[in-house]
Parts: sequence; C-alpha cells; structure tokens
Amino acid sequence: MENLISIFVNSVFVGNILLAYFLGMCSYLSVSQNLKTSAGLGLAVIFVLAITTPVNWIIYHWLLAPGALAWAGLPDMDLSYLKLILFIAVIAGIVQIVEMVIDRYSQALYNSLGVFLPLITVNCAILGASLFMVERRYSFSQAVVYGVGSGAGWALAIISMATIMQKLRYADVPKGLQGFGIRMIVTGLMAMAFMLFSGITL
Amino acid sequence: MTGAWKKSETYRAIRAALYDSNPISKQILGICSSLAVTVKLSTAIVMSLALTFVVAFSNLVISSMRNQIPRNIRIIVEVAVIATLVIMADEFLKAFLYDVSKQLSVFVGLIITNCIVMGRAETFAMSNPPGKSFVDGLANGIGYGSILCAVAFFRELLGSGKLLGFQVIPDSFYAAGYQNMGLMLLAPGAFIMIGLFTWLENTLLGD
Repeated sequence: MENLISIFVNSVFVGNILLAYFLGMCSYLSVSQNLKTSAGLGLAVIFVLAITTPVNWIIYHWLLAPGALAWAGLPDMDLSYLKLILFIAVIAGIVQIVEMVIDRYSQALYNSLGVFLPLITVNCAILGASLFMVERRYSFSQAVVYGVGSGAGWALAIISMATIMQKLRYADVPKGLQGFGIRMIVTGLMAMAFMLFSGITL
Repeated sequence: MTGAWKKSETYRAIRAALYDSNPISKQILGICSSLAVTVKLSTAIVMSLALTFVVAFSNLVISSMRNQIPRNIRIIVEVAVIATLVIMADEFLKAFLYDVSKQLSVFVGLIITNCIVMGRAETFAMSNPPGKSFVDGLANGIGYGSILCAVAFFRELLGSGKLLGFQVIPDSFYAAGYQNMGLMLLAPGAFIMIGLFTWLENTLLGD
C-alpha cells in the first residue's frame, strides 16, 4: 500500500509526465490558453490514462511478454516488439469511445475540446505511460495507480499553466519572448517547483 | 545552374523545412518526446538519426501508396506505416547500439506519436509524389535534429562540462572556481533552453 502511495505521489509531482519527461507537450501548448478547456482536457487525459494503462498491462502480460503465451502452448514466443503497434491501436480505440461518451453526455465540453480529443490519440503522454509501465515492470495494481497518477500530474500541470497564462496577460514580456518563448520559460520554472517534491519519501 | 537549382521545387521544399518553418520553434509541435534525450549530445544525435529515418521513409511509403489509400482510413494506414518503421529503428538500435538504446529508453517508441512525422505524412506525402516527399521528410528530420542537437550541445557543455563524453572545460577552470550548472541536467534546463533559443531566433530573424 505504501508502495502504491509513493508511486502515486511520484507520478504526480517528481516524475510528472509532462514536466520531468516532456510528454504530452503538443496538446499542452495548444490548449493551455483557456482555463476551462484545460480543465476539460486534463480530465479527459486522466480518464483515458486510467483506462489505457491497465488495459495495455493486460495485453502486454497476457499476450506479448516473453513466455506470456505459455497458456496457448507457446512458451518460447516473444512478441514484445509488437507492443508499440498494439498499444497505439488500443489507445486509438479507447479515445474514440471517450469521444462518443462526451459527445453524448456533455455537448458543451465536446464543443470546447473540439479538435483536441482526437489529438489525445497522438498525445505522447498516453503512449509514454504505457511504455514506462512496461519498462518499470509495474504490477497490475501499480499500473492502475501509475495511470491515474500520471493523468493527475498532467492535468495539474496544464491547469496551473492556464492560470499562470491568464495572469501573464498583464505582464510586460520582451517582444522576442512573447508567445512560445515565455511559455517555455514559465514551464521551466514550474518544472523546477515540481522538482522540489523530490525530497519527500513515503 | 545555381539559378535553376534555386528555382526547383526540391530546393524550395528543403528551404521551407530547414529555414522558413523549422520544426521546433515555428511549428512547435515536434518537441514532444524529444527533449528528454537532450541531456547528452550522443543520445540526441542518435535520436535525430532515428527520427530522420522514420520521417523520410514514412513519407516515401505513404506517398507511393497515396492513390490507393481510402480517405476514411488514411490515419490508421499512416499510423501503421509509421509504427512499423519505428519498430525497425528500435530493433536496429537494440541490436547494434544497445547502450544508447537503453539510454533512449521509451523515447524511440514515442516517435510514433511525434507530431512532425504524422504531420508531414498528412500534409505533404498525401498530396506529393514519392521523390519529393522523401526529400521533404529528410529535410524535416534534419531541421528537427539540428535544434535537438543544439539544445543537447549546450545542456551537456554547461551541465557536465563535456561534449560527446569528452571533457572540454579544462581542469584549470574548475580549480579557479568554475562549477558545472546542475540545473541544465534536470528537466527545467531544457524548457528554459528552448525558451531562450526562441527568443534569440525571434530577435535575430524578426517576424
């Protein structure tokens, strides 16, 4: 249990998937102008990560890992090189379902997220979390906690960024630094703040 | 000769990719997944080569199939082609450059979700002949790699005083009180570096 809590805290703060591993930058940079949209996209990412990471865990450990096909009488089979293509297919399918659910139940959210929902498919954070889950040899329960934690960390980062950007509108930024430049530097400062959590052990 | 070359479409495609809309600062999209490998110059170079390979050949393959791919399922076809090429690059690195491939960890796999690869396939390869698409992919890969290597150059130089693993800051500097900048080795260093690069570029080139 302590292990799970520490994985969660680590994936939200110190090992934040956006601020420490640079994953999910595309949607982060294109959406973080508006607080409401950011919160919506953040929630969508938490939701998608919480589903895809465990599902990919099951697929990897029951089908792809070396020796995983022993139940089918193929103990020597190693299909782990197929993980990239299978993971991305699972993610694409799940994002499609999330899109249909949001379309059905929250038209306002659907309208504001618009073009960005399909972008979640190519959001590096989603595929990245699944790949990290394999590389770090998480167990199933750890994979669930890691998925939710990374999603929460990503959502936290994009929501903080949107809030900072609203305040920044009144700041006098040097001309060449306006727009993209200042956002990268603000992100860097935010990443520094998140790193301060690294002393915490549970 | 030079005049004719300057007017050719290939030249314009290369120029557009390398200069007019260099992937990182102008298109913004490509920086996903790339910054984590810029702590050291060597990993950044390998990553750039892998990405150049994938984007050039995915452009070539998709462009030669462009008249056969049905509009509705083109995204799936593109992802399948890109994923296959990424798996090839990943397996190649594991076989011949095992140490570097360990350091790149999941980031080679993440080329699949790199927006440049997908973006070039979608906007360029789907509407241009194979030869031109290949050159476009090559140029985009190099443009992206140049920024990646520039970031890695400064991060390794300032962060650990080395380049490609060789020490370049002389010992006498350290004896005189010079210290490596630990921040450059951490994630914030990369964000700040990209921010400063953009500033420099905007100031030098104007808008």
